[in-house]
Amino acid sequence: MHPTPSVIIFTALSGLGFGLLVFLGLQMPDVTGGAAFIFFAIGFGLAVGGLISSTFHLGRPERSLKAFKQWRSSWLSREAIAAIFTLSVMAIYAIGRIFFDYDIRILGVLGAIMSLVTVFTTSMIYAQLKSIPRWNTKLTPVYFLSLSVGGGALLAGQIKVCLFLLIIAGLFQLIVWIKGDRALALSGTTIGSGTGLGTLGDVRAFEPPHTGTNYLLKEFVYIVGRNHSAKLRIITLILMIGTPVLLLSLPFSHLLAALAVISHVVGLFISRWLFFAEAEHVVGLYYGKR
Amino acid sequence: MTTLPEKTERKLGLVIDLDTCVGCHACVVSCKGWNTENYGAPLADVDAYGQNPVGTFLNRVHSYEVTPEEGTPQLVHFPKSCLHCEDAPCVTVCPTGASYKRYEDGIVLVNESDCIGCGLCAWACPYGAREMDSVEKVMKKCTLCVDRIYNENLEPDDQIPACVRTCPAGARHFGDFNDPESQVSKLVTERGGIDLMPEQETKPVNKYLPPRPKDTLEEIDILAPLLKPVAEKPDTFIGWLNKQLDKI
Repeated sequence: MHPTPSVIIFTALSGLGFGLLVFLGLQMPDVTGGAAFIFFAIGFGLAVGGLISSTFHLGRPERSLKAFKQWRSSWLSREAIAAIFTLSVMAIYAIGRIFFDYDIRILGVLGAIMSLVTVFTTSMIYAQLKSIPRWNTKLTPVYFLSLSVGGGALLAGQIKVCLFLLIIAGLFQLIVWIKGDRALALSGTTIGSGTGLGTLGDVRAFEPPHTGTNYLLKEFVYIVGRNHSAKLRIITLILMIGTPVLLLSLPFSHLLAALAVISHVVGLFISRWLFFAEAEHVVGLYYGKR
Repeated sequence: MTTLPEKTERKLGLVIDLDTCVGCHACVVSCKGWNTENYGAPLADVDAYGQNPVGTFLNRVHSYEVTPEEGTPQLVHFPKSCLHCEDAPCVTVCPTGASYKRYEDGIVLVNESDCIGCGLCAWACPYGAREMDSVEKVMKKCTLCVDRIYNENLEPDDQIPACVRTCPAGARHFGDFNDPESQVSKLVTERGGIDLMPEQETKPVNKYLPPRPKDTLEEIDILAPLLKPVAEKPDTFIGWLNKQLDKI
């Protein structure tokens, strides 16, 4: 899949933002007034920034309000609704915490749960796609959610929780890669089943439909990044998980915490880039590619 | 509404005969022509006369080489367009309801004025049947020539999809799969029509007829090499030339 920057930014930042809102809704840290303002501003900034970024990959962003209609069948629609609902609930909760030193506990808990639901709906946009075997697994929501709460704990300064969650997220990341590498082969979809000619013999793509490229090849057959995937995976684990865990294990200082956050976010972006760049859409098989 | 109808009144679609298709791409051209000049946004071409031409097509013809365990490889031309699946994954993922499957005839269509160009339907389609138009920024797909098949201003012969009308080999057939007596239903039964990527569980309406088994030559008479040559000595101009050349 083509790793479009707007979608990478969207999933990474909104995941972090909603992850932070989970902890803020649960009063971790228990802050009010100015401190609460800063925490909520970061959470809302990331979540809303990510959502705005997602509209940049739309062909017709001016029609994006129409995307709230089809919640009965569409995960993308559900995500849009969940995000707006969560942000509204958390906004009321945040106003109480910041300006009135008041804790509307039920809204905080609801907001935290809905933040998780929102990240889940985001992940299901990808996990539902049978056409992309690497994503079409329960591991995709697990990967999104574990990184969201891991990063959220990091931003919320919940060091012990964060250490635990980041290590878990790192393990899931490894499993996602290992299982993902076999997903296309295990899906049973081949050039033989795609053309229906597999029963007659070995099928080889002889001539593509056109001499030039097309939308399908640009969007779905992205081979460039796979050459370096092993190196990028190691870099991801070091930056996203290893470095933050090491820095947070040292005696706490704001500088180290800031470095941990920067390292995690850079690693997260590479992880998300790989998520898209490594995903093989079965349509590539028709072109003798993967 | 992006939920799918449980069943449709009619089930219109195509049968594509891989035995007959000669790979001339006439269906590609007629499809591009009709769908650029008629219903919906035109199918854009970018840099059409330049170094890197790219365009939107609703129908593309691939060619595959099939090598059986024994015998010679075979070239199969393979036209591919929307299969108007019964369980169309492209429809259910649409957040706006722009993608829909019609109850009356099962055609999968895009309402272009509702499409936000998110591309998720193209991601969901395993067949690559949908293409985002690079100029209009909306999703384009085969309409089964919905603006031809019900168009009474056209001659009856022309009230079929453009690709079927134009195919010089008769490799494309159009009809109602819900009617067991229709030509397409009969073809599928007689020739063992198949679904593409059945494991994707999309239940495609369009069916493909696999190439018929190749003829095999009867066994050659083992005494044939012992037969006398028909002409011992060539006595034509070539024979004379041969002789003259020998003398040199």
